[in-house]
Amino acid sequence: MSAPLIWIFLPLIVGGLSLLITRERSATMIGGGTAIILAVAALLVPIDEALSLGSFSLKVASSFQILGRNLTLDSSEAPLLAILFGVTALWFFGAESVGVARRLTPFGLIIISLLVASIAVQPFLFAALLIELSVLAAVPLLSPLDQTPSRGVIRFLIYQTLGMPFILIAGWFSAGVEASPGDLALTIQSTMMLGLGFAFLLAVFPLYNWIPLLMEENSPYIVGFLLWLLPTVTSILGMSFLDRYAWLRTSEQVISALRVAGLLMVVTGGVWMAFQRHLGRMMAFAAVAETGFILLSLSLDPKMGLSIVFLLLLPRGLGLALWVLSLSILDSNTESLRFSSVQGLARTYPLATAGLIIAALSTAGFPLLAGFPPRLALWNSLAQSSLGISFWLLIGILGLATGAIRMLAVMVMADEKTAWTSKESLAQRGMLSIGMIGLFILGLFPQAANPILDKLPLMFQHLGH
Amino acid sequence: MIITIVSWTAIVILLITSTGLLLYRDWRWGLGFLAGQYAGVFWLVLQHWPLGMAAAKLVGGWMATASIGMTLLNLPQQPESIEKYWTQGRTFRLFMIGMAALLALAAASIIESILPGIGIPVVIGGVLLTSMGLLQLGMTTQILRVILGLLTTLSGFEILYAAMEGSVLVAALLVVINLGLGLVGAYWLTASSEEKAA
Repeated sequence: MSAPLIWIFLPLIVGGLSLLITRERSATMIGGGTAIILAVAALLVPIDEALSLGSFSLKVASSFQILGRNLTLDSSEAPLLAILFGVTALWFFGAESVGVARRLTPFGLIIISLLVASIAVQPFLFAALLIELSVLAAVPLLSPLDQTPSRGVIRFLIYQTLGMPFILIAGWFSAGVEASPGDLALTIQSTMMLGLGFAFLLAVFPLYNWIPLLMEENSPYIVGFLLWLLPTVTSILGMSFLDRYAWLRTSEQVISALRVAGLLMVVTGGVWMAFQRHLGRMMAFAAVAETGFILLSLSLDPKMGLSIVFLLLLPRGLGLALWVLSLSILDSNTESLRFSSVQGLARTYPLATAGLIIAALSTAGFPLLAGFPPRLALWNSLAQSSLGISFWLLIGILGLATGAIRMLAVMVMADEKTAWTSKESLAQRGMLSIGMIGLFILGLFPQAANPILDKLPLMFQHLGH
Repeated sequence: MIITIVSWTAIVILLITSTGLLLYRDWRWGLGFLAGQYAGVFWLVLQHWPLGMAAAKLVGGWMATASIGMTLLNLPQQPESIEKYWTQGRTFRLFMIGMAALLALAAASIIESILPGIGIPVVIGGVLLTSMGLLQLGMTTQILRVILGLLTTLSGFEILYAAMEGSVLVAALLVVINLGLGLVGAYWLTASSEEKAA
């Protein structure tokens, strides 16, 4: 028994088999159940150590060899696995209430198993290939068989596919730079390749036009799942690069590039969100800004930056899940997600509206909500190095907050005679409540996640020590 | 000597097939050019990889082509085999193809100096296909052409990357990605046809 068999091949097989499921409830139970079992197992089962259960002894090996290379998941990666599968379970359980469980469960499991494989593969450079495979697996998820593929899906595939070659070539160049650190031309070429690769994969400004298109044209819940999972794993790949190559993490130019790219994403994401008139597009720009926060964190002192990146993980996952769940409920009950269609829906869908506003405010770093502690830490650290940058961060955050307030204003703009009622189903109310309570708990007691988050930096040999 | 001649022949094949891919108006010709292109790719990859791995690339490429072809043949509503409209004219496309070929020639010696021992034909083949693929992607949003453009771009990259990395796992994953792109193309063509039928 080895860890990759449990956390990569098992969800892959279950995902493949669950393509045969025809009932929403069964898909939810199998997908959510598998994800939660794998999350708990990541916390409880020791890797590379004997586990004794009475007279029975079991040892889970960390490596699995495939075609001459290793897939390795050691104990330092267990907290990340717990977070990834735990948050995925939340997404799967929520999927039934918006009627997308039969689509999300099989492909979601396949995608997460490929992305875990991308974290496990040695050498880590090959992760780009596995990320590309997960992008291919996301295509049937995003475009149902009875619909012509939308512009957003086509652009998503093109941009993500173009990112892979750049990352692979950059990895080869980086090894060359490490061997001859004085070669300036090689360093520049390597940095350019790496920058372009991550610009495509993380949808860095201005390559993010597919995100609002996808949100407008597809099921918000499914797009939200991908907007949470793909950038999270791609960021880990980026951190692996910084960890592996000393010349990268000590390069002033790389740090500046990360900072400028992150700031551009936060500012453009925030400001664009403030001016949108479509709830889906608003969330898309907020997701862009979220990725910007991660890039900004990576531009800080490595130890501090890494802590903030991991502090952003849970609020991002939970916030996006709540946001898209609320959007999906509204989407299935209105003509579209344009302001003109959703105006005044707070009186008929109060919980979905509350979920929407709370998730948006959390993204804007509103106090008492989950997004506040990491943004405060980020702002504080940035202010110590440059007041100008922290001012621009403020502009971005103000944009996000303005968007949230505009949303609130539109949603409550109902005829006074409209009676207050709650049209959400029981399952929807339950999932929305869990999401909102979760955001408050993480905002009020950010240290609650510390037992898991504290161990995450150990994944990285140099950044985390 | 013979190997060099065959390598330059492969470049000519790649130039003809990638030009054909940009100019074709009947999808049957397009898929024929793609299949021919993989033969050229096979030969250039063979300069750095063993026969088995290079053959896997050829077979994978042909399987991707076949999956698209079979789908197009079996669609309930056949797409118009001859495209009526072109957003850009033939002259413009030929001009852009010429620019891409010039770029490949100009970049060859520079890239060869960065990757010594890779071989000029391999560099020209790789850069040519990458730029032709990008050209294709930049000119259209038509599903078939987008997939052919992605496959062409990846083929160009794979020619260059074969000189850098000889891992069996990488070769296998790249074949799966090519095949996956072919299947995505087939899926999208089916999806758009079903919507039209409905």
